Amino acid sequence: MSGTRLPRDLHPVAWWVWALGLCAAATFTTNPFVLLMLVGAAATVVSLRRSDQPWGRSFRLYVGLGLVIVVIRLAFWVVFGGWTGGHVLLDLPTVPLPDWVAGVTLLGPLYAEALLFALYDGLRLATIVICVGAANSLANPKRLLRSVPPALYEIGTALVVAVSVLPQLADSARRVRAAQALRAGDTHRVRRLRRFLVPVLEDALERSLALAAGMDTRGYGRSGDSTPAQRRTTGALMLVGLGGICVGTYAVLDTTAPRVLALPMLALGVGAAAAGLVSAGRRVGRSRYRPDPWQWPEAAVAASGVLVGALGWWISRHQVAIAYPDLDAVPQVSAVALLMVVLALVGPLASPAPRLVAA
Amino acid sequence: MIELRGITFRYDDDPVLDGVDLTVDEGELVLVSGPTGVGKSTLLGVVTGLVPRFSGGTLDGDVLLDGTSIVRTAPRERAHAIGYVGQNPAAGFVTDTVEEELAYGMEQLGLPAETMRRRVEETLDLLGIADLRARDLRTLSGGQQQRVAIGSVLTMHPRLLVLDEPTSALDPTAAEEVLATLTRLVHDLGLSVLLAEHRLERVVPFADRMCLLTGDGRVHVGEPGELLVDSPVVPPIVELGRAAGWSPLPLSVRDARRRARDLGERLRPPVETTSAAAAAVEVRGLQVVHGRTVALRDVDLTLGAGRVTALMGRNGAGKSSLIWALQGSGRRTGGRVEAWGTDPADLDPEGRRALVGLVPQNAADLLYLETVADECAAADGGSGACRDLLDRLVPGIPDDQHPRDLSEGQRLALALALVLVSRPRVLLLDEPTRGLDYAAKHVLSGILRGLAADGCSVLVATHDVEFVAQAADDVVVLADGDVVSSGPVRRVVAESPSFAPQVTKVLGPPWLRVDEVAAQLDAS
Repeated sequence: MSGTRLPRDLHPVAWWVWALGLCAAATFTTNPFVLLMLVGAAATVVSLRRSDQPWGRSFRLYVGLGLVIVVIRLAFWVVFGGWTGGHVLLDLPTVPLPDWVAGVTLLGPLYAEALLFALYDGLRLATIVICVGAANSLANPKRLLRSVPPALYEIGTALVVAVSVLPQLADSARRVRAAQALRAGDTHRVRRLRRFLVPVLEDALERSLALAAGMDTRGYGRSGDSTPAQRRTTGALMLVGLGGICVGTYAVLDTTAPRVLALPMLALGVGAAAAGLVSAGRRVGRSRYRPDPWQWPEAAVAASGVLVGALGWWISRHQVAIAYPDLDAVPQVSAVALLMVVLALVGPLASPAPRLVAA
Repeated sequence: MIELRGITFRYDDDPVLDGVDLTVDEGELVLVSGPTGVGKSTLLGVVTGLVPRFSGGTLDGDVLLDGTSIVRTAPRERAHAIGYVGQNPAAGFVTDTVEEELAYGMEQLGLPAETMRRRVEETLDLLGIADLRARDLRTLSGGQQQRVAIGSVLTMHPRLLVLDEPTSALDPTAAEEVLATLTRLVHDLGLSVLLAEHRLERVVPFADRMCLLTGDGRVHVGEPGELLVDSPVVPPIVELGRAAGWSPLPLSVRDARRRARDLGERLRPPVETTSAAAAAVEVRGLQVVHGRTVALRDVDLTLGAGRVTALMGRNGAGKSSLIWALQGSGRRTGGRVEAWGTDPADLDPEGRRALVGLVPQNAADLLYLETVADECAAADGGSGACRDLLDRLVPGIPDDQHPRDLSEGQRLALALALVLVSRPRVLLLDEPTRGLDYAAKHVLSGILRGLAADGCSVLVATHDVEFVAQAADDVVVLADGDVVSSGPVRRVVAESPSFAPQVTKVLGPPWLRVDEVAAQLDAS
């Protein structure tokens, strides 16, 4: 066997494509069983393939967030009601409200259908959140930013730096709050805020200057050896690309626009932008250390995500009763839906085990 | 290889550097020294190109790299030849893990993948950090971070390495490690090193040449032995040599020990005077746990009234946790703390301030106003008590100065005055000696001794053994959350040689300070 299946970190883009595929499938259905199976697939894959790095532990947070979403959804329907017809579960008294909030009722009879609807809908949102969480704990978000095309490298680095500033800011806020309690000073509310903000901001500014100096002395932003003509070509390609994408997207969404401006224009725009990125990337005098390889396990994981999304769409079109079950019967699951969940699991199983870091 | 010609640098009208000439040759370690605030960092910045780009000001003169002028070249275009490691290495890290950080500079240079891989492996071995390769940079200790920072520059194979106070934040052992690494690079790879440092005791033996900034913008360049004869900043060993009238001056402990053979017989060792002090702070079974790391494990500690206690130990040994737990606002998992019979954790912030004062590691965290006068007025409610205190600690700080523009020593004094204005009976200081030169440390130790004489009990966390010898009565050494030794300075220092000041290393215990030796020499 070649080295592709030895323990290593999978390309982050593969994980994100897979997770977004699951998200797409979740948006195409309100069937609670299908949704729960998708969550189950995501959880299984995370427990099998996450690394022991800090971000690997974040999945539990997202599951918690999903639960909170479902609960809030249910509580909202109980409190504000607004559903009529169906089986009454509990006949709560309606709280009379003044006229100026017409259309809003408090409490009132509680219908089983309303609760089911809220549950299904909440579950769908929760599934989407949990799938994004799965991607987050499987692939370091910073590595994802680093996989941008070479031409966008500078922006990628800036984003990575910006992401790491947040925990530092929290850290310095905690430190300054503790330090300010050590001295007497203004207790007035506005001035107390200033007492806290000034040192934190000064600290943040000093840190950014130090980081900028450090990056500069290590060669960040060294000028390549491109000619003005090359720079002009790249610039023109990028502008055409941007314009094409804007016009094309508008025409696709606005059905009254001439059709020639729609898909052909969009394709032209995307093509020009891609050419611009390639042309810009070619003259970047920079290399990448141990780039994440894209091998067949990556392809398998990404493909399974795309397939799951496509099947979800197919079910919503051709098996409407499965995708959006009635509220007065137990939802059914079809063979295609089962196949979809199996696919969501099988793709990632082809991936290699993660590289473990002894901390 | 690198040549500075007639470098003049000024903000507005007062020159920081005035007509500086300096050459660094291949495979040479040049030490830049002088009191704080004379422009050591500025001089290094001129070499790396960060000055005046990141500092403002006007620069005249020329910088030559192998005969080519680079004074108008941006730092990023000098990166392949000149590597720079700043004062706080953690602030300059761009990536997350050790391996990526080592590769970052090479990626910018556009080196081929095989070369990068090879150099990363070589550098990991060279600096002895191979087992850290996948670690998160933020979880490393100070010494490890410093070595990674040096490594991340070395992978670019620069010809000159510029370091700004690489050991100032490190404990004695980590500092030795970093210096040993540097000498190895100079000897084995023929790398040139330009190093700024005002704590000379460890660096001087390794330096080939020294560049001494005098404060009027001029520099003296020469052999360390010659320059130190009348330098304003000298390590204790040179002070000892001056007191004993040795010529040439000894630069290493080994030299001095050979000279001191007859000195030991001429002198009567100082007599230990221990006076029993009332216990001001009692700590019993103190535990502090952060997440899954145990910062302190059943620590018992007594601070005497009117005594200065030094708290020492490796970076991350739990010193800050102990100090904040004693102050009362820090996390405490278990155990008992009593300061004059009261647990500070039970008091409100104001009550705490009146009982236990704390100067945090970063004194600037305390400051938030535009002038020194405003800060003082905010702290004492306009009674003028704080300003009086500040004038007694460090006289002559102008009222209208911005606290950020003060020197390290002056800023520390201001923070100290802000804390002391509530008249605490216990004073805690977290690494106050960082960034202080010999003169400022001398002033600080005078202040602490004065407070102790007034009956205040002082606990000061520090890495600086020379400062401990000067200022402290007792020492507590922490390691991995435990107290490993505690007692009077002379006894603890005799027990653990790695915490011994230079005078003890030369003359043996119970000698601690140069002034003790000098007093005896004057008497005889």
